[in-house]
Amino acid sequence: MEYLLNRYRTLSVLLLAILAQLVLLAYQVKSNGEVRLIRVWAVTAVTPLARAIESTRGAVSRFFSDYFVLLDVREENKRLKKELDRVNMDNQYLRSELDTADRAKSLAIFQSRSPSKTIAAHIIGNTTGSGAKTVIVDRGSASGVQKEMAVITPDGIVGKVVDVYPTASFVLLATDPSFAAGVISQKNRVHGTLKGQGGTKVIVDYVQNEENVEPGEWFYTSGDDGIFPKGLPAGEVTSVHPGKSKKEIILSPSGFQNGLEEVLIIIEGVHAPIPELPAPHQQIHVQPPPPPETSSAQPGGASGPPAATAPPAVPLSDADRILDRYRQLGIAEKHEWGVRGRGAPDFNLPLDAAKPAEAPKPKQNQ
Amino acid sequence: MTEFTDTFTEPRRKRDAASRFHTAAIIAIPLAAILFQVYVPQFIKYLSYLELPLLVTVYFSLMRRSPIAGVLFGAGIGLAQDSLSSHPLGMFGIVKTLVGYFAASMSQRFEVENSVVRLILAFFFCFFHQFFYWVLARALLGEGLDFDPQQTIVVSMLNAAVAVPLFHILDKLKVTG
Repeated sequence: MEYLLNRYRTLSVLLLAILAQLVLLAYQVKSNGEVRLIRVWAVTAVTPLARAIESTRGAVSRFFSDYFVLLDVREENKRLKKELDRVNMDNQYLRSELDTADRAKSLAIFQSRSPSKTIAAHIIGNTTGSGAKTVIVDRGSASGVQKEMAVITPDGIVGKVVDVYPTASFVLLATDPSFAAGVISQKNRVHGTLKGQGGTKVIVDYVQNEENVEPGEWFYTSGDDGIFPKGLPAGEVTSVHPGKSKKEIILSPSGFQNGLEEVLIIIEGVHAPIPELPAPHQQIHVQPPPPPETSSAQPGGASGPPAATAPPAVPLSDADRILDRYRQLGIAEKHEWGVRGRGAPDFNLPLDAAKPAEAPKPKQNQ
Repeated sequence: MTEFTDTFTEPRRKRDAASRFHTAAIIAIPLAAILFQVYVPQFIKYLSYLELPLLVTVYFSLMRRSPIAGVLFGAGIGLAQDSLSSHPLGMFGIVKTLVGYFAASMSQRFEVENSVVRLILAFFFCFFHQFFYWVLARALLGEGLDFDPQQTIVVSMLNAAVAVPLFHILDKLKVTG
């Protein structure tokens, strides 16, 4: 035996290595047992490295982003100085809009409004399986995450936690073929099972041909699966075809619409009702047009912007005051509004310095 | 023996000279390859087709020229990859053990410093890896994975194209003398 082992040493090592791994595989498959220790070691070893790489990437990305934003702001500042405060106000408004659209903020807003208790998690990697639809998030059992917890974004469901480690968890995405969740349609309350397909779309299975489902209709979680609380958006129907006995319904999952970087893990789910459809012929309130302006409403009464844009006699807001100031500057500089090639008056002059020796004659009909 | 075959085979004395690497390189390079596979496809989806752990296994097995070392490299890298995947441990382990063994066995017959030989071997092992993984997944786990030969050939060609410059870079880490 020893002779044989020495003679075929290489082959013996190969067979031993394969046999050991086969036994390991058989143990896991037969007993459905997890070889948890090895995975815990591997994930614990990789998580800090992945986190360090991610924070480095984030810092570099932020640096360049800030640099370009600063360059842009400088250019914009020059332009804004010419266009003065009104454009500046627009800019501020757009900035605030951009800030509101910021992903992290919207996530926080959603988190604070959601009845369910959630924790935010950052996706730090994919699992290594070929074509895997499983991602790694930076929250684990230390943060209270447990297996089979639902993972969502403000836009809809994302997947469920399949493995939990102290510092990280594996999340099976809704697009994975082994994923399933109970869903219900918004309009006709048709129950079905959402299943992944391995691609970007998902299907809703187990819906009889007799049931009524329309393209464009939304599906929400039904809460039947014990994972997702009822009332979370799952996706919008992109196509419906009758099958042999069941409908073939394809859904565009809503949770992935804005990319996946941050997600929410539902620690304590609270069922919510399925949102009602808006009434088909809802009346829309339209504000009546403003009363016609009188000439006394225009300070100075001379040439200026059209009467429809004239501010009230007493400026009500900052915008009114700024518009009033521009009008007075225009009058002082004898600027004719709306004439091609005249450009814009110099809005940077102080109002006193800009005033001419004598007040201009009013052009408008009195 | 013809001149052509002399290019790809070599005298036994030269063939037996195994390359040596720092222990840190042997640990850090596979770890970096696995981290690459975990992290980078997050941002560049197409790079998920790049099997860097496999290429590293092939490289070390070819350069060490020892089937036992190849088996150990393959098993180690495969199991590490398995432990970061959602399927049972041993799938990548078994496939990469075989890849390591065969790559090391090939290195005793071919001039593995030659870029053409490296390209062909990398292509062959990538295809073998994908195919054998599919066989194992079907046979041992009963998973109904699809196997598209055309796609696998394209993926293997891409991996082989990456393997040649990668192996040249890894050559710089060899310990000389």
